[in-house]
Amino acid sequence: MEITVNLNAVYTPADDDVVARELHGEFVIIPISSGVGDLEDEIFSLNETGKALWEKLDGKRSLNKVVSELSSDFEGSVDEIKNDVVGLTEELLKRKIIAEVRN
Amino acid sequence: MKSKNYVVKTSFNKTSLWKNSRPLLGRLDMELTERCNNNCIHCCINLSENDKAARKNELTTKEIRGILIEAASLGCLTVRFTGGEPLLRDDFEELYIFARKLGLKVMLFTNARLITPHLAELFSRIPPLEKIEITLYGMKKESYESAVQVKGSFEAAWRGINLLLKNKIPFVVKSALLPPNRAEMEEFEKWATTIPWMDKSPSYSMFFDFRCRHDSEKKNRQIEKIRLSPKEGLDVLTKDKERYIKGMKEFCPKFTRPPGDKLFSCGAGKGGGCVDAYGNLQLCMMLRHPETVFDLKKDSLKTIMTESFPKIQGIKAQNSDYLNRCAKCFLKGLCEQCPAKSWMEHGTLDTPVEYLCEIAHIQAEYLGLLKKGEKAWTVENWKERIDKFTEG
Repeated sequence: MEITVNLNAVYTPADDDVVARELHGEFVIIPISSGVGDLEDEIFSLNETGKALWEKLDGKRSLNKVVSELSSDFEGSVDEIKNDVVGLTEELLKRKIIAEVRN
Repeated sequence: MKSKNYVVKTSFNKTSLWKNSRPLLGRLDMELTERCNNNCIHCCINLSENDKAARKNELTTKEIRGILIEAASLGCLTVRFTGGEPLLRDDFEELYIFARKLGLKVMLFTNARLITPHLAELFSRIPPLEKIEITLYGMKKESYESAVQVKGSFEAAWRGINLLLKNKIPFVVKSALLPPNRAEMEEFEKWATTIPWMDKSPSYSMFFDFRCRHDSEKKNRQIEKIRLSPKEGLDVLTKDKERYIKGMKEFCPKFTRPPGDKLFSCGAGKGGGCVDAYGNLQLCMMLRHPETVFDLKKDSLKTIMTESFPKIQGIKAQNSDYLNRCAKCFLKGLCEQCPAKSWMEHGTLDTPVEYLCEIAHIQAEYLGLLKKGEKAWTVENWKERIDKFTEG
């Protein structure tokens, strides 16, 4: 299934379907509902980059705003950061860990 | 931003989540009840499902939720719900969903008799993330119900299993080798290969323990009668001789050595523990010696694990028999002797369990590590013997 990431859209964790936990230095996302991820015994670990992005995907900020805020928090060009944001969002959407907020 | 690999898909069963150190509590066992709807002839714990006194003393839903919350805060990733039969709890569904929504994986041990279409749908909608483990006591009604001593139990177990199969809910099966079902091993293992999630042969319990609460001498005598003899146990272990010897060649160099007077050489209480049905935290599922269990209504999980457990783990053996035998025996590791086994057999922490000693010795003789009749604690050149065995 092709995933299209919209930089003007707002995305949020699928709260009923996943739980994010900080586990002894690891930031993990654990599926609650079936259909998240590929197999039934998997959990997802986000590295520091992923965690920083995740924390911005709060259902209030558009991806453009996320890019803008991360640009001031991290080193790297805006384009680089935009690519990272889009890349992570795509992976999380693919696994149904996040969803677009529809008004 | 530096890294492009934001999301790492981790299969918990294949990789270690924590690379350098582990959380205080990685996994928690919870006996939701000691009551059971089966009455297996070998069981070390079961109480009647209608035992009102036991039920009255069990942890409440709120208390269990509180323990789960603290466990999650300490880094726990997996909770094992066991018993007795955990599905007997009226609040099982609530506790299951609560645990999952805390971000815990749930490992369920059950006889499958109480798996209903509703529960199967729940497991399908909110997967446990760990395979359900089902103990099956026989392949036929006669053998199953002779072992379990409950009419209608065979049909109910298969109904539960079929519901899991129909809903594609991952599970594995295991068994207990009992007189009514011993002749069915081949049939059981053949059927087990048809279960999609069985990635290895089923495991068996066979060297049964006595009652863990010392509540019935009559049952202990019954258990003693149905235990496999050491020779029978060896025959089962060496059914696949090549595999057994290969496994032992890997195991012995790493784990067999005299332990000295240190009693706790296992992982009991390290990174985990077991909450009994009444709120006591134990270092492991079997060890219920009153000096080694701690009341969660008085102290937190964290306090017990950081302050009380280390004191127990440091206990040294005092029993002279143990010090003259087990402490010097290089079969420690191969032998199941431990404080929990001593507790179940004798009510102490450091009394040698003769049954386990015989089982370890017969294996060592089979492997050529001992001469016939030789006692392992008298052997001084045990390292050479293990090296020779491993290289041979």
